[in-house]
Amino acid sequence: MIALIVYNIIQVAVVVAFAPLVEGVTSRLKEILQSKRGPSIFQPYRDIWKLLHKDEIVSEQSSWIFRATPYIVFAAPIFVALLIPVLTRYPLFFAFMADMLGVGFVFALAGFFACLAAADTANPYGPMGASRTRMVGFLAEPVFIMVFLTISFVAGSTIPYIVQTRWVTPIANFFEPSHILLLMAFLMLILAEDGRIPVDSPSGQFELAMIDRSKSLEYSGRGAALMKWAGAMKFFVLIIVFLNVLVTPWGLADSMDLGSVLLAIPLVLLKVFCFLLLLVYIESSLAKLRLFRITEFIGAAFVISVVAVITRLSEM
Amino acid sequence: MPNTSILFALDALTGALFLLTAIGVVATRQVLASLQLFILQSLLLTLSAVLLGIAQGSIHLFAVAAITIATKTLLIPWLLRHTVSAEVYRTREIERVLNIPSSLLIAAILIVLAYVVADPLLTVVGLPFDQVNLPLGIAAMFLGAFTIAVRREAVPQLLGLLAVENGVFFAGVAIVPNLPVIAELAAAVDVPVVALVVGMLTRRIHARLGTTAVGRLASLREQ
Repeated sequence: MIALIVYNIIQVAVVVAFAPLVEGVTSRLKEILQSKRGPSIFQPYRDIWKLLHKDEIVSEQSSWIFRATPYIVFAAPIFVALLIPVLTRYPLFFAFMADMLGVGFVFALAGFFACLAAADTANPYGPMGASRTRMVGFLAEPVFIMVFLTISFVAGSTIPYIVQTRWVTPIANFFEPSHILLLMAFLMLILAEDGRIPVDSPSGQFELAMIDRSKSLEYSGRGAALMKWAGAMKFFVLIIVFLNVLVTPWGLADSMDLGSVLLAIPLVLLKVFCFLLLLVYIESSLAKLRLFRITEFIGAAFVISVVAVITRLSEM
Repeated sequence: MPNTSILFALDALTGALFLLTAIGVVATRQVLASLQLFILQSLLLTLSAVLLGIAQGSIHLFAVAAITIATKTLLIPWLLRHTVSAEVYRTREIERVLNIPSSLLIAAILIVLAYVVADPLLTVVGLPFDQVNLPLGIAAMFLGAFTIAVRREAVPQLLGLLAVENGVFFAGVAIVPNLPVIAELAAAVDVPVVALVVGMLTRRIHARLGTTAVGRLASLREQ
């Protein structure tokens, strides 16, 4: 019992501690692929540290929403990290609280507050980014529902710990068409949801073209640090859900002793690194889509998830 | 007898990717991308034929695979690249009748329809690999026909026709394990000739009109 609580806290600590590293590695890999040297992989830590020591300026016109939002956005991935299998194959102490739909709801809450806060400041770019995020969001929503429907249909559950074992026992399940199609649809969703190329450019500095990033433009000091850290954590948690639940449920701790749980940390980070190589390749080989082309991208994801359901139905 | 369940799973995976490339041929904007998707689709067809050949111990299916590799991934793309001028492949926006989201939705409906159509056929044939190959092959046929309908450019329309052909073979290798090689050979000679003729025709049209949007030629009148 105590061990489960401790492991759960370790799990959250891993997410909080390594999320900026994942972001740093991503940007470094991208620069290397583009024949540049790029910043150190620890740069996000330095940025967060610097921002935490700066003064925070809050507009007089803004309401409590603007001030509360960084904490809500920061808490959401931590809460999600309590629920999902980051390091262990068996459910930890808090995992009973919600399934994968619950994870979606928690992120939706954070996104909702981020949009409200962006509209709150009356900075012209904030509401624009917020409305664009909503546009991508409501397009992505039906695809999310279809993907979750397919997952629960194939695996018979939406609880991540049950789903993850379904794909690899027996190993032939891994090659099921519905599984592979699901992976593609979910990967496209991650790209859309986290504001990655081809939907949005995460490193773009041009406010008019921003979708996701312009929501946190108004923040300074501690608020900016929390928003940046929260963004990195959300990205990390999405990758973990994708890898540990849907793609490669290997390398997780099976037994209850501390050693195997700690051993799972480098293995999971290795998996994340391999995924980042793929992601960086995708990001570097595609161009950002025009705003109204995003419907086509997400429409393709929707059709893929529909096909996944159909192929699954035909096997029954 | 090799391990059939793994072969079956791999064939199912090949089928899923095959269907995905068929959707891609409907949805891509660029001519070159749809040509590459067609090559990928032909490779997947080959892979499926090889898998079925291993599973059923049929030498004919290996012949099918070899002929598919030779004609559809090498000869036809080469013909199309050399007969049609490079300018056609540089166009990034293919003219189309419907926009991409609606054509994708129609594609999804067509896939459902293919499963509905294939269902009574499956009870008749009853070989294990049909469950994957027959509905997916029919779906690829429908999507290819839909590509012809929805595109206005000559080369993507031809690729739609070739996708129909791929779909027929994808279903065919499962239904008839001992497909007469003469039938496949006939197709192997026939299809490149079609590609060549359409390619030459497109070249002429492009030279005369400066466009390959053959969907617009319906409005021309004789003087």
